[in-house]
Amino acid sequence: MMAGVASFMASGIAGDASLLTAVWIVRNLWLIPAVPMLAAGLIALLKQPRRKIAAALAISALGFSLLLSIGAFAHVLSAWHSSSATREVINFNWFDLGSTHLQLGWVLDPLAAVMLVMVTFVGLLIFIYSTGYMAHDENFTRFFCFLSLFAGAMLGVLIANSLLLLFMCWEIVGLTSYLLIGFWYHKPSAAAAAKKAFLTTRVGDIFFLLGIVWLFAQTGTLLFYNNGAGAMEPAALATLLGQPAAWGLTAAGAIGLLIFAGAAGKSGQLPLHVWLPDAMEGPTPVSALIHAATMVAAGVYLVARVYPLMSAGASAGGTTISLTVVAWVGALTALFGALVAVAQNDIKRILAYSTVSQLGYMMVGLATGGVAVGMFHLITHAFFKALLFLGAGSVIHGCHEEQDIRHMGRLRLDMPLTFVTYSVGMLALSGFPIFFSGFWSKDAIIGAAHSWPVSKGPFVMLIAGALLTAFYMARQVAYVFFGRWRGPANSHAHESPLVMTLPLSILAVFAIALGILGTPAWPWFTSFIESKPVLLDLHAFAEPGLLPLMSFASLLVFLGLGLGWWFYARKAIERPALAPVHRHVSEHGDEDRDEEGREFGEITDVLEVASPTVWGWLAHRLYFDELYAATVLRWYAALAWLSDWLDRRVWGGIVTVVANGFRGIGWMNRSVDSQWIDGTFDKGCEELVTGGGVLAWLQAGRAPGYLRVLAVGLLVLAGLALVVAAATGQVRL
Amino acid sequence: MTPLAAFLIVAALVFAIGLAIALTRRNAILVLIGIELMLNAANLNLIAFWRFGPHSSGTGDGLTGMMFAIFSIAVAAAEAAVGLGLVIAYHRHAKTTDLDAMTRMKG
Repeated sequence: MMAGVASFMASGIAGDASLLTAVWIVRNLWLIPAVPMLAAGLIALLKQPRRKIAAALAISALGFSLLLSIGAFAHVLSAWHSSSATREVINFNWFDLGSTHLQLGWVLDPLAAVMLVMVTFVGLLIFIYSTGYMAHDENFTRFFCFLSLFAGAMLGVLIANSLLLLFMCWEIVGLTSYLLIGFWYHKPSAAAAAKKAFLTTRVGDIFFLLGIVWLFAQTGTLLFYNNGAGAMEPAALATLLGQPAAWGLTAAGAIGLLIFAGAAGKSGQLPLHVWLPDAMEGPTPVSALIHAATMVAAGVYLVARVYPLMSAGASAGGTTISLTVVAWVGALTALFGALVAVAQNDIKRILAYSTVSQLGYMMVGLATGGVAVGMFHLITHAFFKALLFLGAGSVIHGCHEEQDIRHMGRLRLDMPLTFVTYSVGMLALSGFPIFFSGFWSKDAIIGAAHSWPVSKGPFVMLIAGALLTAFYMARQVAYVFFGRWRGPANSHAHESPLVMTLPLSILAVFAIALGILGTPAWPWFTSFIESKPVLLDLHAFAEPGLLPLMSFASLLVFLGLGLGWWFYARKAIERPALAPVHRHVSEHGDEDRDEEGREFGEITDVLEVASPTVWGWLAHRLYFDELYAATVLRWYAALAWLSDWLDRRVWGGIVTVVANGFRGIGWMNRSVDSQWIDGTFDKGCEELVTGGGVLAWLQAGRAPGYLRVLAVGLLVLAGLALVVAAATGQVRL
Repeated sequence: MTPLAAFLIVAALVFAIGLAIALTRRNAILVLIGIELMLNAANLNLIAFWRFGPHSSGTGDGLTGMMFAIFSIAVAAAEAAVGLGLVIAYHRHAKTTDLDAMTRMKG
């Protein structure tokens, strides 16, 4: 089957000379997404109890993809070192419409190579972790089928050299996201969250599709790179810049904004972020893989892919309208996510808002600092956020499916390995100086925002966000790992199995080590993405403004961590014993009592005591969901009601009138039929029966009768012959 | 020499007698006899026309008429054998040779 696909591909690209010259890994890059997708198909055929085969198939397929990705990465590296072209594409005709060619293809460049390795590596670790986390789920095989399909589609997004192919894989990613959020579909909240995610991202995707169509109409191609004829190459960009759209935008800017709307939907940017926190209803490995490390990064990756379009027409050191929009949206999202995360009590929800916030950072990085700055944070974030989510999963697993941080505590003693790795992730996310990757990537973004010529607004928001990030992470760790055990007294947490802690440890190592690739003195990552030679330059630290900025950012991180410790860990948080007048009623019933059997009240957060109004706003996520329910959804409901009314009354009425008309015609037809047609027909039948009787009498089987007829016939014939002969004069009568 | 018309009149009489038998009799064997008479009337005609025709001198294909008559007699014999066989078979089965009763082919 593989050979068949290969030969089909080969015949499709036969006209492209690059096929013959390209090396094996470039020609067969399509295998990277195809193998996990094939595995998903095979797993879908497996019976439910075949857990081990399903897991083995998924893991080995992704492992194979990881090997291929490393091969691709090595290929790009060697091309970079030998200073040859680091971007290779293979395109082929998908189908022709008249003289229009619709082309698909894949691209291997530093951007794709880095992402391929990241997604396959993090994905593989999460797959392995899932075998432990989902061990008790009866739909284990279905889970791995979806995971594998997701991995294939995500890898397809990464290697696509065509907006069309990217969009197709993008939609499969959306589908698997829906399937996995709703994996426990018997929970109404999970089913609702899945629908919400699907519909919200669909809003962005409509704009994305509009952008694609517009781009195709303007340039006639959807390929990114095609030896000078692609949509991201100067010729097409010049055409787009020459086309004015509305409000002073060029076509390039307008299309860029439309595509960004798609990216905003997928990456949870304001105002389409509402689905992402709800997506935490899915199993935790899904949250880690899809809603933290990879899928939500697809939006950022998309912006990076179409960056030439976004930045087209920018003067030196300047910016474009679309990039300005991206920067402001990103900055607002970053601040919003960080603010809301402070007031959440669900361990995964905090991480979800943190993801929203960090995606905002990436967008700002892309808009103000270029592809490399945003992508570096994407990569480091993928590792430490996957680490945090898997750590959270380990905590949830260890606490018997408890997700509320107020009911945890003291876990540093019960789950030491989880605690250590989680702390690494937490420090990396907070941007703890020097030793953690998050510091270097976040600092690069803050630096880029600082030197952004348009406005200092995003910079201020990012700085505030950084402070809040350190604060809410300190709060979370204090709640979960320090203080006293606040869960049910008759149970206690336990450490997770090795299959879960091992991926945590590996991710923790990367969360620390990756920082070395992006320090200002040795900007390996930036150089690699931009295909420039990399130099070790310690003097880079001496650039004016760099060290002060770094120290300022570090100071903020220390401040945030310190505040978090001061509020939440200085003295152990206690659950207040329930006073008779206290309004909180325990939801957990009898087990929710302390050693003396007293019921507990709910913990009131320190900040809630300080300012209930602000806390209320934050805890309700600034009432975004309520706003949408009151505006968009209400309008939508009204529209649906109107449509329903139109359907029933107006269109239904017309249909009824027409139907009654036809019913009348039918009644008339029936009477004509029964009175006239049937009468005629019956008469004919009677005649036939009578005639048939005569014929039957003739053929009754009596030989003498036949003979008589024969004799009469003979006489007639003889008489006829006589008459004819007489008439012609042969016989005289 | 006896004129042709005499032969034809005899043949017509024989044919008429045969036809009358075939039409009036109810016994299958007698009907067969009537049919046999009609056939022989036709044979008589064949011979008579040959004898008074242009090829009676014996030259060329002069024997055509006679051969035709002999052929016809042979066919008549075969037909009579088949007919009698059928009648006997029917008689064995239904114990009758009455044509008016012979209305069924079914066993």
